[in-house]
Amino acid sequence: MTRQKKPALVITFHATSQAMAAEELFRRAGLPGRMIPVPSQIAAGCGLAWKALPQERDALCTALDTAAVGHSGCFLLEMY
Amino acid sequence: MEKLIYLDNAATTLHKPPGVAEAVAQAILTAGNAARGAHGASMQASRTVYETRQKLARLLGCPRPDHVVFTSNSTMALNIAIQGLLSPSDHAITTDLEHNSVLRPLYALQALGMGLDFVRADRQGRIRFEDFAPLFRPNTRAVVCTHASNLTGDMPDVARIAEIAHAHGALLILDASQTAGTMPVDMTALGVDVLCFTGHKGLMGPQGTGGLCIRPGVDIRPLLRGGSGVHSFEREQPRDYPTRLEAGTLNSHGIAGLDAAADYLLEAGVEAICQKEQALMRRFYEGVRHIDGVTVYGDFTAKHRAAIVSLNICDWDSAEVSDVLYADYGIATRPGAHCAPRLHEALGTVRQGAVRFSFSVFNSEDEADMAIQAVKELAQSK
Repeated sequence: MTRQKKPALVITFHATSQAMAAEELFRRAGLPGRMIPVPSQIAAGCGLAWKALPQERDALCTALDTAAVGHSGCFLLEMY
Repeated sequence: MEKLIYLDNAATTLHKPPGVAEAVAQAILTAGNAARGAHGASMQASRTVYETRQKLARLLGCPRPDHVVFTSNSTMALNIAIQGLLSPSDHAITTDLEHNSVLRPLYALQALGMGLDFVRADRQGRIRFEDFAPLFRPNTRAVVCTHASNLTGDMPDVARIAEIAHAHGALLILDASQTAGTMPVDMTALGVDVLCFTGHKGLMGPQGTGGLCIRPGVDIRPLLRGGSGVHSFEREQPRDYPTRLEAGTLNSHGIAGLDAAADYLLEAGVEAICQKEQALMRRFYEGVRHIDGVTVYGDFTAKHRAAIVSLNICDWDSAEVSDVLYADYGIATRPGAHCAPRLHEALGTVRQGAVRFSFSVFNSEDEADMAIQAVKELAQSK
């Protein structure tokens, strides 16, 4: 079976501690998604990013802003 | 020998809270490399490290968990703070109370041209707050000061020192090796800019853990540069704390143990732990202070001091006293010089050293009483 790409929301962070703060925030708020390695489409290298469905963008970004948890970007990608 | 009476807690706490050893073992069996991937094992390590930052920030009054930086011990933390904030063109002020982990990095900078002045201790090992003010110069960059002497347990008035340092545009770097976990410490309330701690003493975690708590806005140059788990193609170390000062793989196994210890401290309450340790220290002090031939060092009139009592018996070599205490009574103490050369000079104990008794929350009144009896018998035998 061939894998199909699907739209995905990817939130990136400046530092791992920001990613961990975001994960804790999302888990506590019951918001969906999970940590993934930063896709090379966004940045070559390494680090953590939060992947969720595109329709969760507002909820996730609002939660980050409200809790003053920093992040470096919010992207819509086609991912496997 | 029936049972070891461990009174060397200022060197390292031997009795750890329940769960610390298990947490280390569990981490060794299951944790990956923190901040090096998104798979379960790596994320588990990353979560543990982050949660430990949060707990330590609460315990030490650090405004932000991401400004809690992990190192392998206090010495490394102090080297990072001192070498990362001071330059040869600067001037620094420190005290006679300091440990070599403060003195040697400062001496190394002094050898490169940095100005360095000392607040002197008297024959009882006391320093006077009034002696700080005349030492400031226009280029004084930092005051580096212990929160409690590892030799006498005496505590400088850190809040006032922070105030005078800031009034002169200088930072306060605090060595909290002997106080973190043993008494309430709030770096923000005290006005501390950088607090350096070790994980294996009062915090009761494993050896190989320690760190810095940094006030937001304080800009420390990295001492080490290397792998960070982020920004791999940048030539410079990432600027954000804690990554800026954490090059290389963290000791996440040890940090897992420190995390369990922090749980214990938060649950038991540092204030309650402090009260018990202080009571044991005062009990021991009252029991030995009037014994003929015993000299106790430090200021016991002060309300706040670490749970440390250092003494000598007549002119008896402290190494021999400590050895007899262990061999004949099963009491573990620390003799000799305590990596605090200037304070030994002030106390006049360069040759003799001193026998240090240091208490933990896991010691008992019976143990303190047995130590008093042992000192009494040794003093009578001379």
